Amino acid sequence: MSVPHAVELENVGLTRNGRPILDRLSLTVAGEGITALIGPNGAGKSVSLRVIDGLLRPDTGSVRLAPGPRAFVFQRPALVRASARANLALGLAPLKLSRRERAERIEAALARVGLSERADDAATRFSGGEQQRLVLARAWAMRPELLLLDEPTASLDPAATETIESLIAEMARAGTAVLLVSHNLGQVARLADETVVLAAGRVVETGPTRTVLFSPRTIEARAYLTGELPWTSFAAAS
Amino acid sequence: MSQTFQETFSRLWTLDRDVLAIAWLSLRVSLTAVGIGLLLGIPLGALIAVARFPGRGVVVGLLNAFMGLPPVIVGLVLYLLLSRSGPFGALGLLFTPSAMVAAQALLATPLVAALTRQVIADAEAHLGEQLRSLRLSAPRRAGVLIYDARFSLVTAALAAFGRAISEIGAVLVVGGNIDGHTRTMTTAISLETQKGDLSLALALGAVLMALVLAVNAAAAILRGHAVRAYG
Repeated sequence: MSVPHAVELENVGLTRNGRPILDRLSLTVAGEGITALIGPNGAGKSVSLRVIDGLLRPDTGSVRLAPGPRAFVFQRPALVRASARANLALGLAPLKLSRRERAERIEAALARVGLSERADDAATRFSGGEQQRLVLARAWAMRPELLLLDEPTASLDPAATETIESLIAEMARAGTAVLLVSHNLGQVARLADETVVLAAGRVVETGPTRTVLFSPRTIEARAYLTGELPWTSFAAAS
Repeated sequence: MSQTFQETFSRLWTLDRDVLAIAWLSLRVSLTAVGIGLLLGIPLGALIAVARFPGRGVVVGLLNAFMGLPPVIVGLVLYLLLSRSGPFGALGLLFTPSAMVAAQALLATPLVAALTRQVIADAEAHLGEQLRSLRLSAPRRAGVLIYDARFSLVTAALAAFGRAISEIGAVLVVGGNIDGHTRTMTTAISLETQKGDLSLALALGAVLMALVLAVNAAAAILRGHAVRAYG
């Protein structure tokens, strides 16, 4: 591969309350394009994102990241009771930008998500879709090398989802490596170049999105993609 | 009895100079003490909420226990520190309004810190991961969370004011209840009741209640406006 990896997880293990959450997880995320992380609830997708971002420290294994800013967009938009502009500025605070550059990036980001006119309004008063657009605008303004997305459109209507998806695609085209956790397989098919399937804290399948979605090789990936519950396939096999 | 009430009303009606002076001193001492308590207690409580360090549970437990610090004990300890033979005796602060401010600030600070810690811990549950992901330092995160929770922190300020303005043990011990110098509403009410001047005690009591109600009403109105704007 010409572009080095954005993320390399090797044999990462994480146990919480005696329960293994990640089980010798090894995973690479390409340095460009969009990689989707899919799998059933409790497979360790969100935890993987948090380990990559440094919010959780794994018990074993190694996490290697390409240098540069990272941005994390959570399922529930996390905004401070302040103006939209102030919430954007918060993301740029640690980047040590000049005052002018910071102001320019903030205005450009607000314009990009169509919130320029509401820049001085309280962000916590925005609708769910507007809040998520604002959070993504913050990530956009940070110009991250790596963008981590944890079900960014899970609670949004189709129109808001489309806006968010177009922003994600645009950031990927601009050179940001994207790791997207999503249960929306249509979204994965629309956006992701590569797809990784997790089950029980391990990678069970990885490859180009089309191949993984339409001709999965492993039982676990097939079970997840066809919506079969594990015990039904177990019962059918025995 | 009816004569007592009549005198009370006439004293309130004419706004007796003594009553006004006592009310003003009480208000000045308690508001200054609460101001100090907020300046120290809010950052302290927020940092304890945000930071992770060994022994944090013990610190939180102590802080919560200090909310119930008996005023008379605070007064006694401060008396020992400020008395002529104490380590801060040279400052000559004993039996001055400054000593009363210090005593009430000692009562207000842990109360504000403990209430702030709880409020900020709740705000952190919602915003903490995002703020850590933005790679903001712990003091910076504490600052952002204080700003986010600013309307809820009004409650901490009101609780501290209520505690300060209504306590008697600490100001009595370190202030000495000196007429025209360190006499506050609570110490005066207590003294006048013992002396039998019930009309003055009642007038002071009415002013004290009015002050507390006015401060709470002002805070509630302010908070209502702010919450409507920011949700």
